[in-house]
Amino acid sequence: MSDSIELVYEVSGDDFTRAGEASSDVKKKLKLMGVHHDIIRKVSIAMYEGEINMVIHANGGTITVVVSDTDVTMVLADTGPGIPDIEKAMTAGYSTAPENVRNLGFGAGMGLPNMKKYSDEFNIESTVGVGTTVTMKVYLQ
Amino acid sequence: MADKFMHSVHLDESKCVGCTNCIKRCPTGAIRVRNGKAQITKESCIDCGECIRTCQHNAKIPIYDPLSVMDNYKYKVALPAPSLYGQFNNLNDSNIVLTALLLMGFDDVFEVGAAAEIVSMMTRDYVKNHKEQWPLISTACPAIVKLIRVRFPGLIDQLLPIQPPVEIAATLARRRAMEQTGLPSEDIGIFFISPCPAKTTACRSPIGVEKTDVDAVLAIKDVYVRLLPFMDHAAQDPLDIAAAGRIGVGWGISGGEAAGLINDEYLAADGIENCIRVLEDLEDEKFSTLQFVELDACAGGCVGGLLTVENPYIAKVKLSRLRKYLPVAKTHVSIPNFGYWEYIPEYEDVYSLGKNMAENLSKLAQIEELTERFPGIDCGSCGSPSCRALAEDIVRGLATEDDCIHVCFDKYKKGENQ
Repeated sequence: MSDSIELVYEVSGDDFTRAGEASSDVKKKLKLMGVHHDIIRKVSIAMYEGEINMVIHANGGTITVVVSDTDVTMVLADTGPGIPDIEKAMTAGYSTAPENVRNLGFGAGMGLPNMKKYSDEFNIESTVGVGTTVTMKVYLQ
Repeated sequence: MADKFMHSVHLDESKCVGCTNCIKRCPTGAIRVRNGKAQITKESCIDCGECIRTCQHNAKIPIYDPLSVMDNYKYKVALPAPSLYGQFNNLNDSNIVLTALLLMGFDDVFEVGAAAEIVSMMTRDYVKNHKEQWPLISTACPAIVKLIRVRFPGLIDQLLPIQPPVEIAATLARRRAMEQTGLPSEDIGIFFISPCPAKTTACRSPIGVEKTDVDAVLAIKDVYVRLLPFMDHAAQDPLDIAAAGRIGVGWGISGGEAAGLINDEYLAADGIENCIRVLEDLEDEKFSTLQFVELDACAGGCVGGLLTVENPYIAKVKLSRLRKYLPVAKTHVSIPNFGYWEYIPEYEDVYSLGKNMAENLSKLAQIEELTERFPGIDCGSCGSPSCRALAEDIVRGLATEDDCIHVCFDKYKKGENQ
């Protein structure tokens, strides 16, 4: 019997039509596992925001999701431009998204704040020119 | 109480050839081909009718009542759905259809569209006073309510707890008939003339209430044929009995119910796949400013129902034309003290793999591993709609790996080489 399961998703950059595929797949699997809908909602909202960020800012990346019997851990890693001022980036409403992205209804500056809000543990590490890794944990109980 | 998992489709085994069309089309993955015949898992069937639409062998039969049930009652009341009016060419007055219904043998007519105007009024009031539930989700389409019950537990609290117009119409029609005739309730037959078979189940085994006032569900297509010979005669001198205005008649088409809110903060989607996409997004809180969401499982709305005759989009044009010169609403009463749900339906967990998290994890891992072993072409030959669904079925103990013809063929080839 395995006590956790790992799911890996490649997110492609600049493709808004495909953003959300990873989070909806995770959602489907968590439903199969009988996870409570309030918890699925948190995972799915936090992860979707992350996917969109990777599409807008980092030309894609990799999401690794580990589901254990106590929590869902999401690691979103990209090799994008990195974030020079993380504190500023975490401010609600602060956005560096380009105009064309905002016209699509994204880039309202709520991505990172929402990811933090909907996860139980949140960590972000970023190096300019190297990339950004966001780790989020949502507890199952 | 009737079976809460009863549904409105029946399989004619003699016609089913065990092809893969319906299993592929079912939006809840409720169908499998086993022993060469399509089998519906009744717990996950939502009555959307997609399998009936797609079956080229006419093996999937919608369930509704035959016109002969009319003979069981002394006094017969017709409850025509608004979509009925969209079936006729050049209809400029709904009174013609209503008069023809009387000529055809009904003793009274109570338009579902009239009751829909009452439901619109109740909805406006409810939406205004329940901000905490925004966006409220319409419960008029029974397939959508069933879909949410099995697949979107997080949205159950947002269901509009008001009975569909047909139920309100049935209650009012029965009261009127009893007052006017003095007959006991059992002598009065209330017949819904329905665009869709999902309403058969909805009336026989209602969700949200214990009992229904609808005695039988007749198909628009059956009634249509019987009405046609009376239409000319009815058109010469129609009675002035129509009680549904623009709002009520509009309920027959997608967006009509939402328009009855007289407010722009709504979304209306039609077609089961589109509705599922909207529900997924609602679940993830992707809409923040909506007050109301109307979802119709059939493309076009109720005019797209399986028991109609006319192409849904042509019926839509016809209904729009008929509505154009009607007053906004014709039914003006105070908000009734009935017609609300008596209880909130519970989530029916039909998808969970196991009983606890450890079991779920291990089963999901098995599914992932098994899926890799199949070719991923989703051919359906195993009887499951996709390779992944087969893996799930195996883990649930409902199929074996040898059900995959590709796995079998590989085994055969290996045997040949040895």
